Amino acid sequence: MPKFYSGAEIVFKCLEDQNVSHIFGYPGGAVLPIYDELKNFNSIKHILVRHEQGAGHAAEGYARSTGKPGVLLVTSGPGATNAVTALTDAYMDSVPLVCITGQVPTHLIGTDAFQECDTTGITRPCTKHNWLVKDVNDLAEIMHKAFEVATTGRPGPVLVDIPKDIQFQKAQYKNYRKLKKLNGKSHNNYSQKNIDELISLISKAKKPIFYTGGGVINSGTKASELLRELVYATGFPITSTLQGLGCFPADDNQFLGMLGMHGTYEANNAMYSCDLMINVGARFDDRITGKIDEFSPKSKKVHIDIDPSSINKNVKVDLAIVGDIKSVLTSTLKTLKKSKNNFSKSNKHQISNWWEQIQKWRSKRSLDYIGSEETIKPQYAIERLYELTKDKDTYITTEVGQHQMWAAQHYKFNKPNRWMTSGGLGTMGYGLPAAVGVQIAHPKKLVIDIAGEASVLMTMQEMSTAVQYNLPIKIFILNNEYMGMVRQWQELLHDKNYSESYTAALPDFVKMAEAYGCVGIRAKTPEELDDKIIEMLNTDRPVIFDCLVDKQENCFPMIPSGKPHNQMLLGPKDQKEKKITGKGRTLV
Amino acid sequence: MANSKSAYSFAGKKQKPDTHIIVVWVDNEAGVLARVVGLFSGRGYNIESLAVAEVDQKQNISRITIVTTGTPQVVDQIKLQLKKLVPVHKVADFKREDKNVIFKEMALFKFVANNGKLNKAFEACKKFNPVILDKTNKSNVIQITALRREIDTMSKNLKKFGLVSVSRTGAVAMTRGSEIFK
Repeated sequence: MPKFYSGAEIVFKCLEDQNVSHIFGYPGGAVLPIYDELKNFNSIKHILVRHEQGAGHAAEGYARSTGKPGVLLVTSGPGATNAVTALTDAYMDSVPLVCITGQVPTHLIGTDAFQECDTTGITRPCTKHNWLVKDVNDLAEIMHKAFEVATTGRPGPVLVDIPKDIQFQKAQYKNYRKLKKLNGKSHNNYSQKNIDELISLISKAKKPIFYTGGGVINSGTKASELLRELVYATGFPITSTLQGLGCFPADDNQFLGMLGMHGTYEANNAMYSCDLMINVGARFDDRITGKIDEFSPKSKKVHIDIDPSSINKNVKVDLAIVGDIKSVLTSTLKTLKKSKNNFSKSNKHQISNWWEQIQKWRSKRSLDYIGSEETIKPQYAIERLYELTKDKDTYITTEVGQHQMWAAQHYKFNKPNRWMTSGGLGTMGYGLPAAVGVQIAHPKKLVIDIAGEASVLMTMQEMSTAVQYNLPIKIFILNNEYMGMVRQWQELLHDKNYSESYTAALPDFVKMAEAYGCVGIRAKTPEELDDKIIEMLNTDRPVIFDCLVDKQENCFPMIPSGKPHNQMLLGPKDQKEKKITGKGRTLV
Repeated sequence: MANSKSAYSFAGKKQKPDTHIIVVWVDNEAGVLARVVGLFSGRGYNIESLAVAEVDQKQNISRITIVTTGTPQVVDQIKLQLKKLVPVHKVADFKREDKNVIFKEMALFKFVANNGKLNKAFEACKKFNPVILDKTNKSNVIQITALRREIDTMSKNLKKFGLVSVSRTGAVAMTRGSEIFK
């Protein structure tokens, strides 16, 4: 006699077979049968969040810090719609998520039943694929396919919508068998000829640069190792997007820092002036390219990406290599070693002028800021945080805004999967729940959410989750009482009309921490900052750190959007020297 | 806004748009048309016409034919984005000018008029394989197959013969000769 399982049991059997150890979720009417089964599956731990968006971001933090898919379980209707922001966020930043939603019973679908919504319709544009399960006999296959779609190719979120009656119905459990063909969606689609072309471009280049992105991190830790090997073997300079930080050590001399809107002067000028650009797993996002027509006008462009639709989407490239970064870099290194052993030495002369030029740009020291002894400069706060945590294997998440850019500029990452930030969608409120997910995956590690006071209030309720599961996450708030990035744009682009960007009634974050049952610390002066940070690091409980920073500070350097890379706006120091008048600024 | 300072007001150089016929083979499952059409609307691509029906009952394959206009870059994106959809098997793309491909649309015309005009209407349709599907002493329904523009012209010109209602399909396409698209 074959054994029959309920739909709810099948869900967990699939999760077990997929080696899922944690799910993030929130119960509700349409998922109760699944929640009822939870007790029978000890290998799967459920983390109860306080809002479904939090479940999504926590699953994202979990996924990005481990490389494994994140799983969330929410109810129908509002449960599903609350998860939409997190799904879209994961879609934009290529994070593998499997979202399981309950749905009203099959016979009620389409009747505007209580807590019914067209979940698959709503999430169609923000998932790689989604399924409404109409027959319990299809459930196991769909669940396994969902994991496969989420984790293969360019990763992304998927959603499985399971009506309540299906959760009760019984079926046999079909074991997981991997499909040989993914409907013609192969991922490695390059030839040795492409690699030879790349090597030939590399050996001819006089002004080369590597431009790397999140694809390297998604390809696994091995890809980051190979990238380092390739960058050292060529001696070329390298810059990284926001999402790619950590795939190459930030304190290495060959690293030019982040590029793009708030990237360094040297990285952006090198991108503008280079003659060979090798894009490894990045997607020519508009925050990176600036004005497309004037983007790196004189360069040959190579694009290595697993997603064929990323090629030539925004920027036309000369050589496209469609494939998994790990595999492409392996072939490239092999070919380079075979044909040009000791390339970095023999090629040193050819690119020496280029490095000289880069050093000139570097000497601008574009990340410098004017320090202060009275108020804490936000950049100083990040620098101190970095200095005091760099010997620990620290995981950093962020919210969205000025603090995020300062963190990207001043916190130096040396390993992949240590930096979780919402880049594509730019979701304020991402960092706190993401930190919860990271800490779940790495219970013994130091996890810090570098936050702004406005962003963190959007998902503050997840502190309660952190307290419930004893997750010692550190919420490091750079508190300037403004939505800083909004205020900066209003200052530069809207004649200082600070429309609605000041939060007049902020809560007392220290008291708030106490109310949640965690620890609140406040730093007011640069003098006490170090001691307070050390106090935070020595606290083995969740901490909300209220760091009161300069309210007027802007995030520089900056490419005013719509401008090319060589027309950067530098910080106040440089502006003073060059005496850029108010008139110059209105051109921004 | 004439003098916008917004970040998004700098459009890049424009290429010349062309009309393309995109043929998509998909699994015939719930929501598959919504996925394809949603991709077009979500990314701001045009749909001039659309024809869809199951063509292989055994393997559950439907064939969707979409007429769209776009710059070469946009048309490439459309194809690549379509290929990423899980239920999509293959995607073909033909230019409207392509001599090796047959494009056809079908139209149904209803005329209400006297016999003289009805006869003239049928005569006017002669070039486009007219078939009389229904006839009474004061009306008829004629089916024609032709190109989109020809049907456009016809529906204008036939007004004078008592044309009261037009119903038409989207374009369908097939390559000439023994070749099939793999």
